[in-house]
Amino acid sequence: MRKIEIVVVGAGPAGLSAAVEAARLGAEVLVLDENHKPGGQLFKQIHKFFGSREHRAGVRGFDLGYELLAEAAQTGATIALNSVVFSIYADKRLGVIEDGKISRTIQADKIILATGASENAVAFPGWILPGVMGAGAVQTMINLHRVLPAVKTLVIGSGNVGLIVSYQLLQAGGQVVAVVEAAPRIGGYGVHAAKISRAGVPILAGYTVKRAYGDEKVEGATIVKVDEYFQPIVGTEQDVEVGCIAVAVGLTPLSELACLCGCVTMYVPRLGGMLPVHDADMQTSVDGIYVAGDIAGAEEASTAMEEGRLAGIAAAEKLGYIQGPEAALAKDAVWRRMNTLRTGSFGQARREAKLSIVQQGRGVGGD
Amino acid sequence: MRVTNHPILGSQQSGSMVTIYLDGDPVPAREGEPIAAALVAAGRLRLRYTVKRHEPRGVFCGIGRCTDCVMTVNGESNVRTCVTQVTPGMNIVSQGKGSTEAAQCER
Repeated sequence: MRKIEIVVVGAGPAGLSAAVEAARLGAEVLVLDENHKPGGQLFKQIHKFFGSREHRAGVRGFDLGYELLAEAAQTGATIALNSVVFSIYADKRLGVIEDGKISRTIQADKIILATGASENAVAFPGWILPGVMGAGAVQTMINLHRVLPAVKTLVIGSGNVGLIVSYQLLQAGGQVVAVVEAAPRIGGYGVHAAKISRAGVPILAGYTVKRAYGDEKVEGATIVKVDEYFQPIVGTEQDVEVGCIAVAVGLTPLSELACLCGCVTMYVPRLGGMLPVHDADMQTSVDGIYVAGDIAGAEEASTAMEEGRLAGIAAAEKLGYIQGPEAALAKDAVWRRMNTLRTGSFGQARREAKLSIVQQGRGVGGD
Repeated sequence: MRVTNHPILGSQQSGSMVTIYLDGDPVPAREGEPIAAALVAAGRLRLRYTVKRHEPRGVFCGIGRCTDCVMTVNGESNVRTCVTQVTPGMNIVSQGKGSTEAAQCER
């Protein structure tokens, strides 16, 4: 059985950042990812990131992806692709299937779970028709594969994902007939909303989708105004002709592997639902198992990268690659950056939700 | 349809165009892209029918989790086409409505 000091599950922004930090400190690191390309969702992020300069604001997601891959190569972290982790057994043994054929067991000293999140769906008559897709799936199609699913798209949800994907649909040469938002106001940043408004895309707050129709695929949708209790108002129905409906109604942390390891979970609606409790080092209730990125609460790539760094430093510290005082300084620096990322009207709520997880994590800590 | 000119990504990247076969018909595809991307580019959003009610289904999650996009690829059924790369000459058959899978389900 192969033995590795630190196994990271997931080669997205969080997993790669964790791997880079730990490997830079001298630890032996193996990153496993089920996809045939590393980077997770970074390479479809063609927009410039937010924040200050130390958060790499102004840099496009895919450039951050290339940087992380170069750093991983420099620091000696190994990335194994087409590798599905299907289980984690007692004593940190991972069951892995490579290339859909070969089954292996890998023994790890520390495991960092950076599995990400999956998109939420919203059910309405016709939601299963071809052409109704997750907004992330649409983003993958247009930005990674450069395939536009339809000329006209209706976007459900005005959070940042809905707003950004709307703009990117326009960049890909498509039309966005409307963004519907059931809440009475726009969910995402004003700057993103303004950008698509200027381009002539109506953002309809207080509207939802009543149904999608079509034979073999989506041909149109009926949108309707809702009252303050989110009930459709009869007589306000309106048909729109679209070939694609992009559903941007949030993300759910992919916490299955953490659950398999027996990690204590808690329900945090603000961060996407059920997720593993962790301490200030990103360690879960199971000693030596860490989490980072969307699995620890759906946020943004910038916070995912910081959490990855934190988990990487903490795991390397436990293995003796960095001494206490030095590690404390490095972790403090990451926390300081994360706290500034979690400011503003959206960030503050996430910061408070995160603190409640860490608080909980102290009580059930692995040590 | 394919996005050939893009303000950020530039003009269409190189990468050889190959032919794959959908229910016997030739479809142009870019080698290495997911099968589903090639089919959606060709305007084919419906990728299968459900075995019981024969309802159409297509790509939903695009990351290999929801399994709505499964098709029979080179004789292997239930292949997730959103995460399976195109190779030249691939033979892709849609499932449901008279397929082996549907017959097995109705038995």
